[in-house]
Amino acid sequence: MSTKIDKIDRLSELSAAKDDERGVSLWTEAFRRLRRNPAAITGAVILLLFVIVAILGPILAPFTPTDPSGIREGVVKSGQGIIPGPTGDHWLGYDHQGRDFFSRMLVGARQTLLVGVISTLIGLTIGALIGGVAGAAAGLGGRVGRWIDVVLMRIVDMLLALPSLLLAVSIAALLGASLTTVMIAVGMVSVPVFARLLRGSMLAQAGGDYVLAATSLGVKRNTIALTHILPNSLAPVIVQATLTLATAIIEAAALSFLGLGNPDSAIPEWGVMLADAQPYLGIRPGLAIWPAAAIIVTALGFTLLGEALREALDPKLRK
Amino acid sequence: MTNLVEVKDLEVHFPIKRGVLFDRVVGHVKAVDGVDLTIVKGKTYGLVGESGCGKSTLGRALLQLTPPTGGEVVFDGVPLTSLPPKQLRAMRRRMQMIFQDPMSSLDPRMNVESILTEGLRAHGVGGNRTERRAVIAKTLDAVGLPRWALSRYPHEFSGGQRQRIGIARALVLGPELIVADEPVSALDVSIQAQVVNLLDELQDQLGLTYLVIAHDLAVVRHISDTVGVMYLGALVEEAAADDIYATPLHPYTRALMSAVPVPDPDVEDRRERILLAGDLPSPANPPSGCRFHTRCPWAQPTRCRDERPALRVIGTATHRVACHWAEDIEAGRLRPHSVEASLVTPPEMAGAKEAQGALESALENPGGPVI
Amino acid sequence: MPLLDVRDLSVTFARRGQRTVRAVDGVSFGVHAGEVVGLVGESGCGKSVTSLAIMGLLPKQRGVTIDGVADFDGTDLLKTDARAMRDIRGRDVAMIFQDPLSSLNPVVPIGVQVTEVLTRHRGMRGEAATKEATALLDRVGIPDPARRLKEYPHQLSGGMRQRALIAMAVACKPRLLIADEPTTALDVTIQAQILELLKELVRDSGTALIMITHDLGVVAGMCDTVNVLYAGRVIENARRKPLFYEPRHPYTTGLLRSVPRLDAGRGTPLNPIRGSVRDVLPWPDGCAFAPRCDRRVDACVGEPPALVVGYDGHGYRCVNPTPQGAQP
Repeated sequence: MSTKIDKIDRLSELSAAKDDERGVSLWTEAFRRLRRNPAAITGAVILLLFVIVAILGPILAPFTPTDPSGIREGVVKSGQGIIPGPTGDHWLGYDHQGRDFFSRMLVGARQTLLVGVISTLIGLTIGALIGGVAGAAAGLGGRVGRWIDVVLMRIVDMLLALPSLLLAVSIAALLGASLTTVMIAVGMVSVPVFARLLRGSMLAQAGGDYVLAATSLGVKRNTIALTHILPNSLAPVIVQATLTLATAIIEAAALSFLGLGNPDSAIPEWGVMLADAQPYLGIRPGLAIWPAAAIIVTALGFTLLGEALREALDPKLRK
Repeated sequence: MTNLVEVKDLEVHFPIKRGVLFDRVVGHVKAVDGVDLTIVKGKTYGLVGESGCGKSTLGRALLQLTPPTGGEVVFDGVPLTSLPPKQLRAMRRRMQMIFQDPMSSLDPRMNVESILTEGLRAHGVGGNRTERRAVIAKTLDAVGLPRWALSRYPHEFSGGQRQRIGIARALVLGPELIVADEPVSALDVSIQAQVVNLLDELQDQLGLTYLVIAHDLAVVRHISDTVGVMYLGALVEEAAADDIYATPLHPYTRALMSAVPVPDPDVEDRRERILLAGDLPSPANPPSGCRFHTRCPWAQPTRCRDERPALRVIGTATHRVACHWAEDIEAGRLRPHSVEASLVTPPEMAGAKEAQGALESALENPGGPVI
Repeated sequence: MPLLDVRDLSVTFARRGQRTVRAVDGVSFGVHAGEVVGLVGESGCGKSVTSLAIMGLLPKQRGVTIDGVADFDGTDLLKTDARAMRDIRGRDVAMIFQDPLSSLNPVVPIGVQVTEVLTRHRGMRGEAATKEATALLDRVGIPDPARRLKEYPHQLSGGMRQRALIAMAVACKPRLLIADEPTTALDVTIQAQILELLKELVRDSGTALIMITHDLGVVAGMCDTVNVLYAGRVIENARRKPLFYEPRHPYTTGLLRSVPRLDAGRGTPLNPIRGSVRDVLPWPDGCAFAPRCDRRVDACVGEPPALVVGYDGHGYRCVNPTPQGAQP
């Protein structure tokens, strides 16, 4: 064969696949796509800043966040409506109890992140467990499996029928007001979402040809559920988790705002700070604006990342 | 000549269910309704028919991937239909399947190596890792895939190569029977021939027995020894591949043959099409008597409407036809007449939507697989 | 002067972070009134993009560039603005798609969808429109048309849906009809019915038809002239019989040799084209088909092969064509 004809194969994609090159898994490909998406980068940067602040907050804070120095020094008289604004030392001024507001914002990040992550994890774990069992049972378990699925899903439906705030308030009433209560309450609210999502996704996968192919190979049912159906059903759940993180933070803030959160308001948390700012909105709106803005920006970060993840994992967009 | 597979009076009826909490069975989709056939060892049986005729369901029921509701499947002397689940799972080594859509039948999150080792692991064969690798390497060579394919994922291959992966997966366990459900219809025209040739070569090398299910008569004729034609859940004609093309005896087979476009202008210009009126009746509510009488240009006022014809031998010993009038039609004593296209009504016009939905889902997703 | 004259049509898709794709690369062909012209090729050859470009149905967004001329009776369809194009579509030029279910609105009865076309382009209303719609459904062979008008797409079978879609396409007696794989989703017996219907429509009303398909059998039975596309270019064009009996481009020859035929028996192995549709050489570097070609020579590399046109109008792009008289 002449060199020129050799060149044909070189130029075409026939030889594009190098022998030493490793294959690219779907996850790797999704990650590559994510890296090219400006929304994902923006979201990731926001979250990175947020996490850094959450970790280093106590070190970075210029003052002790629980020290009511403003009252001690007589600068803050919230009873008379005197709460000083930003100064050179206190960048965001004092709160109504005379504590440095900037320090509280920094330290509060940790609590907020904790609430978001833990409550999402609670929802994800319980939801995925119920949804996973129901999905696997309905997809592969035959008649008995369908019954298991029906029972589990009706329980989830009942959970879904309760208004989320009511559910949270009743849990709080049962366990008393605390940060743990808020986390459990917010987590429970997202359980039906995760359960339904995973079940639906697994059912869709269970009808797929590759599941039939595995069955015809003689692979056991449990193995099929764990190695084929579950991994292929996770993508929407992961996307939902990032989106839930955003709403969880906002919901936790709402519950704190209603006074169901940590009764000890000395430990700063953005939601609680927002709640505490309520009586002083007229005097110092900054006390509400800053935590609100922080919550919104963080939630935005999670949402951006979640949406970008959804795009990156969408099989339809694969080339 | 030994028979590898014997299918006796096989039935697969899917219930059409309604109701929210408690399902109520409102009817049955008779996807497969009494099929007898035998597949000779080392030969290819081609099953043709149009969508909704039950050919895919028959293939799956044969492999017990969809539980049959009646009849018997005997594989190499073993009645599969009455086999306990554990033994059935062990039997699966000997019978494999190739799917239509090579993309959806491969798990997108597994690389080729995992896809190929899965079967070996499931049956605990192939020994240790190195021995398994040797088996896999041999299979890759057999289907014409390069070694570097092992670390790749399905989406990185072209359609034809994906189908080769699907074939490799089926071959790795060293099966005797392969059920190929539309193995080439999702592929580009120029690629189809590659896969057809590959299937032919593998049969010659490994002595495989095939059941090839397809709607493309030309493909089926090319690779099959025996061809069976299905219409609404039942076989209407069965004969040697050359026979069925040269002398189709059933009116439906004639119509089907005449409808296939041939890439030859002269043939196309000369041929007379037997145009069938209307659509396939619903398998939930099949016509009485001969299933085909509502569309048959040769339908007679007697027998066709009320007596279901059985397969009977006509002409050569291997030619079976389910038509009361096959001899008269063949001899030209009966002339075709025009047929008024009748309305094909979806089951129960009231609430037709759900019923149709149920029907479609029953056809698309026939129950859970049994393992 | 052809009714539709497509000259040098090119469509490129440029997406951020991805290779720019030249889906259609200088395609030219003409369609006369009452003529059936085939665009044949495999997936990714640009046949559908060509039709969408002519119909003005490609998304008008950044990255999509359409060049060339599509002269339809004096109007360049590629330069016509969206509003004027909406008037032309449905009235003068109509299209039938592969999947009739997704081309019909699932929540609107068939009748409303058909009368909509009549109202929009022929100004018909009420009784008259319904009557005409009934006549149209009857004409395309839908039994009991008056009743079918009230039904929804899902209540019709695939073949009936495609008939309904054809009824909508021919409602305004268009002068040009584009059918994009109209029978690919249908069974052979239904396919035969639909092809017969299309032939009838062309014969009776003198409509020009562009038939887009991958099925050489359909082409052999339907088309007057055929354009074979590969990687975005017409690599061979000829009248029907010369194309089938004396193909010159190795790709056409290869396609004809590789399809199993109903009238040829078992035992003869098929002659596939090697490689896959993905294995293309970019046209500027030579012949796109060269990597899969059995007749490739040195001259295939370097520059794209020029179009060679014979005395009978049979054209092909190949430097080493299949010899004349060789059996396909």
